[in-house]
Amino acid sequence: MNKKTPKSYENMLEVKNLKTYFLTDAGIVKAVDGISFSLRQGETLGIVGESGCGKSVTNLSIMRLIPSPPGKIVDGQIIFEGTDILALPENELRNIRGNKISMVFQDPMTSLNPFLRISTQMIETIRIHQDISKKEALAKSIEMLKLVGIPAAEERIFNYPHQFSGGMRQRVMIAMALSCEAKILIADEPTTALDVTIQAQILELIQKLSKKLNTSVILITHDLGVVAGMCENVCVMYAGKIVEKAKTDDLYKQPAHPYTFGLIQSVPRLDKAKDGKLFSIEGQPPNVIDLPPCCPFHPRCHKVMDICRNQYPPTVDLGNSHEVSCWLYAEHKELADA
Amino acid sequence: MPEHNNSKQPLLTVTDLKQHFPIETGFIFKKQIGAVRAVDGISFSVYPGETLGIVGESGCGKSTTVRSIAQLYKPTSGSVWFNGLDLVNAPQDKLLIARKEMQMIFQDPYASLNPRMTVRQIISEPLTIYSNRNMLDPPMGKQEIEGEVEELMERVGLNRLFKNRYPHEFSGGQRQRIGIARALALNPKIILADEPVSALDVSIQSQILNLLSELQKERGLTYLFIAHDLAVIEYISTRVAVMYLGKIVELSASGELYHNPLHPYTKALLSAAPIPDPEIERKRKRIILSGDVPSPNKVHKGCYFYERCPNRMDHCATNIPPMKKISDNHEVACWLYQ
Repeated sequence: MNKKTPKSYENMLEVKNLKTYFLTDAGIVKAVDGISFSLRQGETLGIVGESGCGKSVTNLSIMRLIPSPPGKIVDGQIIFEGTDILALPENELRNIRGNKISMVFQDPMTSLNPFLRISTQMIETIRIHQDISKKEALAKSIEMLKLVGIPAAEERIFNYPHQFSGGMRQRVMIAMALSCEAKILIADEPTTALDVTIQAQILELIQKLSKKLNTSVILITHDLGVVAGMCENVCVMYAGKIVEKAKTDDLYKQPAHPYTFGLIQSVPRLDKAKDGKLFSIEGQPPNVIDLPPCCPFHPRCHKVMDICRNQYPPTVDLGNSHEVSCWLYAEHKELADA
Repeated sequence: MPEHNNSKQPLLTVTDLKQHFPIETGFIFKKQIGAVRAVDGISFSVYPGETLGIVGESGCGKSTTVRSIAQLYKPTSGSVWFNGLDLVNAPQDKLLIARKEMQMIFQDPYASLNPRMTVRQIISEPLTIYSNRNMLDPPMGKQEIEGEVEELMERVGLNRLFKNRYPHEFSGGQRQRIGIARALALNPKIILADEPVSALDVSIQSQILNLLSELQKERGLTYLFIAHDLAVIEYISTRVAVMYLGKIVELSASGELYHNPLHPYTKALLSAAPIPDPEIERKRKRIILSGDVPSPNKVHKGCYFYERCPNRMDHCATNIPPMKKISDNHEVACWLYQ
């Protein structure tokens, strides 16, 4: 597995059967329960789901940032450039974290240190990973800030985070994340805390930079509109599992899983006339502590069948890399076996 | 469905409302050195049975507007007439009567409920307050209040057996339902809803939006509804006011606003809102506004949107555009249309 062939992997990142559990007093929280996906070079992958579905835990697991205890990655492989991240010792991990895979967090207010100038924070990041002098690192930081469109970057770099607006801070975060020429950028709800006009700016920036630097992007969001405009492939998560995986166009045109269907239908649309009631998925998201081995969506599903209450559905390939985990699509044979 | 006609009396009329918060300096001898012009001269009317939506980015003064109307802040100048009463100059006892007809729903379902009160206490509190002052019509005893609370809980979709539970035992969507039940308790005429769905997940958001429109039909409620999500506003409102930096820049019937936006800011806002359809997203042309919203501390000589406007003219820098009626239910404040 540890062959040192330079570059050209078919998949930049491959997550196989990842399971991250949290051992709490109340029971085992299966935050991420056996998910698999892959990411090609230059691809933008969207992970959509509601709060508590395990989107963020997935990505913290990729960076191995799960606080332990109580969290634990119990099973699975995360293969990045041919090496399993989960098997790496801590010191080698530091070479990947922030350097080859970097992250932009949701809240630009809390992810920068308020006591340090932007310059200090950026230089620190660059010098951890690259053997260059402070001066060179500063020049590089200024260059990155210009790249993300911060006016008067030479002066602004010596400011403190509170002197920047929310959108500007998110730009700084992106500049920091990309300053080491990361191969993968994980953006965890990068625009949720921002206004729509600023959101449009930031999304355009991420799109432009990922093309320019050929960076793969994992975009975590709950906003189906953002996914539609940004991503080539989408994973829909529910209660720690990927319930549907498809090309973006297919997913919106023919959502297979009832949850995906409901999610797309329940968003009010600007471009459609309002005709009475909104579609809504009734009920509440499940409590993920000690989930029974059934489809976690069945209490809220409008197409529920008997079998859904007893067994977790198999993953069915619908062709054109469209996969869904739902009994509606299971072959008759599997139904008979079950 | 703009069914308001001019023969109807408005329920709420706001005229040239200004809300400035002083910026002070000095420790003992305080000196005012400026003001945050949160709301800077807005006028509108709300007619019985309609929903007026206010949309805008953070810091544009949406929430302040609602709070000034509810007299939670004393407005700097301007008047608020509700139900034939001038709220700004009304004495405390009159205000108490008016507030019975005017209730609020807040944004954050976590912060707006007292964690040490049970659901029953929370929902019955408004009733108890007015009952103790003998201002309930018809008067209600303890037993009747109890019954009313249970009825309200059922109506908003909460199990009446949960009445002795505390807020932390509920999810975000359920808490918002508690907030709605509390607002309904006094059977108000108008509900001021300050971003009631923006903290909720997509599937829960549509449940709450449906609940609010059902309640409106059942009880003939009038809403003043605030949101930053254009699609939500478009869905729920009969008329929409777009705010920018403490001013209303455009006011129109909701369908009209989407199909025929006039103000450059409205156009940018609409084009920045993502639509959950990949095909449409790819074809759309975005108007990306440069820069951030300027500080509301500044005194403007010209149009408030001048710095970011793609269609700005020399005239705009020095003259504040007045609101102009373009058609029956479309008003805009922009020099392009004067």
